[in-house]
Amino acid sequence: MTRAMTGAKMVVQALRDQGVDTVFGYPGGAVLPIYDEIFQQNDIRHILVRHEQGAVHAAEGYARATGKPGVVLVTSGPGATNSVTGLTDALMDSIPIVVLTGQVPTFLIGSDAFQEADTVGITRACTKHNWLVKDPARLSGTIHEAFHVATSGRPGPVLVDIPKDVQFATESYTPPSRAKLSHYQPQVKGDIEGITDLVAAMERAERPVFYTGGGVINSGPAASQLLRELVDATGFPVTSTLMGLGAYPASGENWLGMLGMHGLYEANLAMHGCDLMINLGARFDDRITGRIDAFSPHSKKAHVDIDPSSINKVVKTDFPIVGDIAHVLEDILKVWKARGRKVNREAVATWWSRIEEWRKVDCLRFKPSEKTIKPQHALARLEALTKGRPDRYICTEVGQHQMWAAQYMGFEAPNLWMTSGGLGTMGYGLPASIGVQIAHPDALVINVAGEASWLMNMQEMGTAVQYRLPVKQFILNNERLGMVRQWQELLHGERYSHSWSEALPDFVKLAEAFGCKGIKCDDPADLDDAIAEMLAYDGPVVFDCLVEKHENCFPMIPSGKAHNEMLLGEAETQGAIDEKGSVLV
Amino acid sequence: MSALKIKKGSSKHSAYNLRPTFSDVQERHTLAVLVDNEPGVLARVIGLFSGRGYNIESLTVAEVDHTGHLSRITIVTTGTPQVIEQIKAQLGRIVPVHEVHDLTVEGHAVERELALFKVAGQGEKRVEALRLADIFRANVVDSTLESFVFQITGSPEKIDAFAELMRPLGLIEMARTGIAALSRGAE
Ligand SMILES: Cc1cc2nc3c(=O)[nH]c(=O)nc-3n(C[C@H](O)[C@H](O)[C@H](O)COP(=O)(O)OP(=O)(O)OC[C@H]3O[C@@H](n4cnc5c(N)ncnc54)[C@H](O)[C@@H]3O)c2cc1C
Ligand SMILES: Cc1ncc(C[n+]2csc(CCOP(=O)(O)OP(=O)(O)O)c2C)c(N)n1
Repeated sequence: MTRAMTGAKMVVQALRDQGVDTVFGYPGGAVLPIYDEIFQQNDIRHILVRHEQGAVHAAEGYARATGKPGVVLVTSGPGATNSVTGLTDALMDSIPIVVLTGQVPTFLIGSDAFQEADTVGITRACTKHNWLVKDPARLSGTIHEAFHVATSGRPGPVLVDIPKDVQFATESYTPPSRAKLSHYQPQVKGDIEGITDLVAAMERAERPVFYTGGGVINSGPAASQLLRELVDATGFPVTSTLMGLGAYPASGENWLGMLGMHGLYEANLAMHGCDLMINLGARFDDRITGRIDAFSPHSKKAHVDIDPSSINKVVKTDFPIVGDIAHVLEDILKVWKARGRKVNREAVATWWSRIEEWRKVDCLRFKPSEKTIKPQHALARLEALTKGRPDRYICTEVGQHQMWAAQYMGFEAPNLWMTSGGLGTMGYGLPASIGVQIAHPDALVINVAGEASWLMNMQEMGTAVQYRLPVKQFILNNERLGMVRQWQELLHGERYSHSWSEALPDFVKLAEAFGCKGIKCDDPADLDDAIAEMLAYDGPVVFDCLVEKHENCFPMIPSGKAHNEMLLGEAETQGAIDEKGSVLV
Repeated sequence: MSALKIKKGSSKHSAYNLRPTFSDVQERHTLAVLVDNEPGVLARVIGLFSGRGYNIESLTVAEVDHTGHLSRITIVTTGTPQVIEQIKAQLGRIVPVHEVHDLTVEGHAVERELALFKVAGQGEKRVEALRLADIFRANVVDSTLESFVFQITGSPEKIDAFAELMRPLGLIEMARTGIAALSRGAE
């Protein structure tokens, strides 16, 4: 049975059939027929953002917090171009989102029509795939295909560009069950020979370490479960990238903390000194490897990744395994158990005692102050006052506060932590927190922000207020572009070129102007009460936490240095980055 | 699709045919890429090369399977072994790409190019051009009293050699198709 309907109706029907319950969007001329259909139904909720970039980040937050693809609907021209930063962000962090854009009618394409932009051309480099649908008969099938591509293999953003005449045209609707999906079917099962080789190496390893990443989260909750089982059964230490936090619980016995440029001393030294590195769904980013030729020089490296292009891209791999983390972990466990659950217990125990020595360095210690709030202290307190809650979601903006949040907050489960890692997009956190709160209306959703990042998409407070989303904006206000200031201090002779936030708004008044609650705190003695007040308030809050202005984020591996050349505190920073390092970012 | 005569499953999973990839030696590889013949697919392939800083020495594209709407893109590229492996893996990620074949690794492929040469001249030079064209088995496809257009097919090296010889004999203009390549044998 085929049902005839307009293209606009098909869009809504296809979303419904894909199980979509929420669309983040902003209307305009080229999508009005679709908005008209949205008006006439109740299955799909439309969230009106204040800027299309906000829509995409909200969809990313929604996707990360649910494991489902986020959906965005925007108009042609400026609507589409405003979505570009969000698309690039989602591409870098492997977040599944589907963006639908309106386009000028097919007969006007190429004529520089009003609000025409070459949307598929502009977004080709920042989507996993995109389509311009010129034939109404192919519209519904293309939307189903878009969901398939966004969510299978390495997830990512896709875009479907829909000319206005296609939205008006009537054609028969193709349901998902009859949609012809492309040949695109990435391999999920790992090669069993490769897996057996890896297991054999694990049995012998004297200084093993698991290096886990966002791929474990992408793979779904089963992957995190299997990771826990494997780590606990083998007793191997485990560290994670910024993107993989929560896959292994922070309270877990074998947890070393985050690794990388601002990662923990023990995690980085374990990576440097290991003899077997088992990379599960991480991509050897330069924030992790530092100087490549000095990266973990004495180890054999295993790399499990669903994207063959991630393997051997940066670091040569001894045990390459293409596959989905959950599938591969299941097979690793099976093979390892079948071979008698062997590990080199004695050597691993010695390895742990070395790690314990590194832990004693206590790399996250900081000098507390009675006069000013140290940003680390603010986050340690936020952690202490919220950590019991299983439904606590943390988003961040980009900068020092982001790194401190990763260091001082612990995540017990996947999908509780949303941050912009690969692109490092200031302005991500506030809209992402909105997307998370939409997905989990009763959860505690906090955006740990820097004042500069927060200003980049602060218009989205309007969205939070309109939909009564009780998101908590916890702004560590150092009146500085702190991360930039830190780099200028370390490698540009303390010449602080344009790295301070002047003419800042009064955040409490700003909150009130938006119709939400504002709280200001600048005294360590009042901090706990102020945080409690924020948590108790049933509605959106902007919390202006005035912190120490010149605090630097440590530990830090300076650009161009190796893991064992990590800086732990202020005293060591003089001349820390040489000329070669300073060209790196 | 079998009519295309390219070997199955060669290079999509670069991880499994590990060659010593981290050497500095520059290699020249001919890749055959089978893609859906849809709008923008060439832009995706070219965008990949420009966006990631890979070289393209030659690129040809044409539909080879009309019923299946498949095109074959033949790319000649240079890079270190690691870069070549990355190129193949990155090509494999493009959604409308069906297969990526490294003809250089799969065995000595037949590589051919077609070129047209316009050569103008009179007297001795004209006779010499015609004589050389004969040796190179180039055909005359247009002639006037002052000029010839030669058509020549062959390996890129042969065409380069022919161009060198024609230069002093009045070479005015040249058009080359870029390389089309197939692996040898029945497979
Ligand atoms: C200011 C700043 C500082 C930073 N400092 C640090 C730092 O100190 N430490 C740090 O770790 N990061 C840091 N980052 C983040 C960093 O830039 C990278 O984003 C991050 O390290 C990448 O994480 P990842 O390797 O887990 O890869 P992701 O980007 O999460 O990629 C996931 C990988 O897993 C694969 N994958 C996806 N799905 C699956 C699946 N189902 N099965 C198997 N594989 C799959 C993908 O193909 C990909 O290769 C920082 C970012 C900023 C903005
Ligand atoms: C859109 C964008 N522009 C510029 C940058 C470069 N950048 C990285 S961190 C940073 C400063 C962030 O300042 P703030 O949000 O106040 O956070 P802090 O570092 O002070 O905690 C800048 C400008 C970026 N990451 N994103």
